[in-house]
Amino acid sequence: MDSSVFFGISTVAYILAMITYITYIAFKKHGVGVAATTITITGFVCQTLAILLRWKEFYDISQMGILRSVPITNLYESLIFFVWCLILGYLVVEFKYKNRSFGAFVTPVAGLALAFIDISGMSKEIQPLVPALQSNWLLVHVIMSFISYATFALSFSTAMMYLIVTTERKTEASYIFWSVMLGIFVIVLGALGLDFLKFKVAGMKPEALIKSYLFKATFFSDSSIVSILSYIAAFVLLFVIWRYGYILKRIIETFNISASTLDEITYKSIAIGFPIFTLGGLIFGAIWADQAWGVYWSWDPKETWSLITWFVYAFYLHARLLRGWRGHKISVVAVLGFVAVIFTYLGVNLLLSGLHAYGGLE
Amino acid sequence: MAKSKDKNIIDRIWDFLASVKLAIIVFSLIALTSIIGTILEQQASPEKNIQVISKLFGESLAPTLYRIFDALGFMDMYHSWWFVTLLMLFAANLLVCSIDRFPSIWKLVKEPIKPLKEEHFKAIPIKREITLKGKTEKVKETVGSVLRSEGFKYSEASDPGGHQFYWEKGRYSRLGVYITHFSILVILVGALIGIFFGFKGFLNLPEGESFGVAFTKTGELTPAEISERRIIFNALEISGGDVSMAARKLGVEESHLTARMKKLGMMPLGFSIRCDDFDVSFYGRSDMPKEYSSLLTVIDNGKEVLKKRIEVNDPLRYKGITFYQSSYGIMPDSSSFLFIFRTTSKTGVSETLRVRQGEKFLIPGTNIEATVTDWSPALSFDKDGRAFTYSEMMNNPGAQLEINENGKTYKKWILERYPVTWRLQNGHIVELVDIWGAQYTGLQVRRDPGVWIVYLGCATMSVGLFIAFFMSHRRLWVRVTTEKGNTKVMVAASANKNREAFERKIDKMVALLKEGGK
Ligand code: HEM
Repeated sequence: MDSSVFFGISTVAYILAMITYITYIAFKKHGVGVAATTITITGFVCQTLAILLRWKEFYDISQMGILRSVPITNLYESLIFFVWCLILGYLVVEFKYKNRSFGAFVTPVAGLALAFIDISGMSKEIQPLVPALQSNWLLVHVIMSFISYATFALSFSTAMMYLIVTTERKTEASYIFWSVMLGIFVIVLGALGLDFLKFKVAGMKPEALIKSYLFKATFFSDSSIVSILSYIAAFVLLFVIWRYGYILKRIIETFNISASTLDEITYKSIAIGFPIFTLGGLIFGAIWADQAWGVYWSWDPKETWSLITWFVYAFYLHARLLRGWRGHKISVVAVLGFVAVIFTYLGVNLLLSGLHAYGGLE
Repeated sequence: MAKSKDKNIIDRIWDFLASVKLAIIVFSLIALTSIIGTILEQQASPEKNIQVISKLFGESLAPTLYRIFDALGFMDMYHSWWFVTLLMLFAANLLVCSIDRFPSIWKLVKEPIKPLKEEHFKAIPIKREITLKGKTEKVKETVGSVLRSEGFKYSEASDPGGHQFYWEKGRYSRLGVYITHFSILVILVGALIGIFFGFKGFLNLPEGESFGVAFTKTGELTPAEISERRIIFNALEISGGDVSMAARKLGVEESHLTARMKKLGMMPLGFSIRCDDFDVSFYGRSDMPKEYSSLLTVIDNGKEVLKKRIEVNDPLRYKGITFYQSSYGIMPDSSSFLFIFRTTSKTGVSETLRVRQGEKFLIPGTNIEATVTDWSPALSFDKDGRAFTYSEMMNNPGAQLEINENGKTYKKWILERYPVTWRLQNGHIVELVDIWGAQYTGLQVRRDPGVWIVYLGCATMSVGLFIAFFMSHRRLWVRVTTEKGNTKVMVAASANKNREAFERKIDKMVALLKEGGK
């Protein structure tokens, strides 16, 4: 069997787990919870196997030694690895805090990330490494970056939950902030889905999809009617999420997690992620660039966005520890930190590449 | 009067620079403004950015916006005065803040833990109090043994009111934050040293040639300047990279020559470097490059002092200058190329030949005459069997031979990567080994005396962050006093990190004390 079979199983498992976790939250049946955990672990084991198999396949093709064949060198593989770290992190939290309710928030992220791989039509081919990527620094750089991204993803979900459960009025700035944030996530994913449908049906070449067709089915459509309708639909969606957001709050309140625990998890995951990101993301990245190109820092968009991310989390730490920011203010910073992470990871390749000449999904 | 007013202003500036509020403002300003530079392409041609701006704001506004943005320095914003000011403010903030707080932290770090006065127990974050029956002496023993079993290597002190056990761990971990902050300053200093005392240049070095300079400018030279550059370049080549000798050859002052070279973007290396071979290897038969490499020789004072094959992630260093493999290309004029063939006759006689285009040569062991009549860096054949060049890169080099065998003449393409093309009609083998002198290797050349300081700063920052986040300063005081025939045990503890975990440990200890006291 090859790796794609196991990747398929794990994607299905995470989506099933998502449904089961949501059912568990709705009915609070212990058996359902156990089932959800079991499915997640099954998915995790399959994904681990798949990664190992792909490693072996890559090794056979590249003939460059085990370490140079770790499958985390393109967008596809790195997303898979991100999901793997996220699920691992989640399972640790589930066992440590003996609470399954986060599952309903984490497994959708995993499922969506894997679905995004299909939607974007990014290349799944095993590609041998171009010379610049043949560096051991790159390996530790990528692995550590992703571990830190996963901890930041965790802090993002707990910070969002904190905001959702602690806001009371719809006119509160924090309420508007989280509902708009959530709305944008939903809208972007929905628009990507429509792009996918439109161009999959029209039979476009998948590699070209995101680069030249991002939001072409909706906001940037050639037909101005479609584009105006898309904006209207987006605003309606935002409004609905804002109007009925209290339903989410009710759901999270049934989790029996105190707001202060959420806040503590947010802080702790950032406190773990920050040093790993500094060392792996910034320092090892700089050393690699220095070895490969002779400049350790060149202000290219990817580097600059890593630096922005770093400053946002430095902001978080100092505001919290020294200025005593607590509650909504500090959670908003944690959410923005993860927005910077997403931009560092995907935005630079996908959005800025539409503006500039350099590549994205190859 | 005037003096104290002055002092006030200085004090105020100091307080401003030491404040964490400023740090938070600077963090957000750097983060927000940096975004601009990732949207507009930096140091790019105006057309590119006008295009980006019109995509974002519409065609009609683009030219005006471009002028405004350009005036604000957005097109090279990381070097603009206001961004550099922000970075300097950040560094000053960090420096002043650290100096400001250091004495109190240093006092804390220098002074070991002391017994706590009874009235201070209330002010400590974690506090427990239990009353145990029994003699104070016996309780003291119990406390001692419980503490030991929990791994607290305590000290003891007695005062008239009672007896105290105290313990601490990780006092020095308080320095982690300072190591981190200080490292950031070290990194910035290293970066500045690189900017002021280093250079970045490039060198397109043809196979077989040696250069004594690197170039720091590409465009923006007038034709007159280009020819001047050519003259200086030749003088340097004759003098083996020695600037004063080149100045004598040209009949000018050395200082004058140095100034002209600076103006023309020529950076003397102080030695010369030669490319003996450039090579690209591919994955199997594909055109996917696996490695680029150049065999480089350093010539200093007329002697070959260092030879190394560099690859993309493996540069060559000599006298503080580093040469990185960065690109490659093909020389425009093919008259100087050497075509290297290995011939094997049917009888097994094998020999290596080096010939130029148009030169007649005899295939050893035979009476077959051959001439190179054409060449291609990357040859392929179309449906009809016609040869065509599919890439400008040396992906699959080929040489066309005109072969004259017993009065019969025919043409044949020989491809480096396809052995089937090597066999001649009568079974002799002519293998194309290399077309030498056809390629140049593109080297990135850098001198950066600050890079080791940057790396040192990175290393200490990692250590500092590890200490700051994963180690904590934990303190514990246990005071035993006699109270109305019973014994009172007061516990106070603090931890500057992960207090919950320490609190759980303390609670476990208190529970053990209660058990032991029964
Ligand atoms: C991006 C640059 C910076 C980084 C990476 C950084 C990093 C850190 C870290 C990791 C901590 C410890 C946080 C913790 O204990 O959880 C800290 C604390 C602190 N930082 Fe920074 N910092 C930076 C810039 C600054 C600046 C510009 C100031 C100037 C005001 C500053 C002032 C402080 C202070 C006063 C503390 C608390 C020290 C203490 O506990 O005694 N930091 N910083």
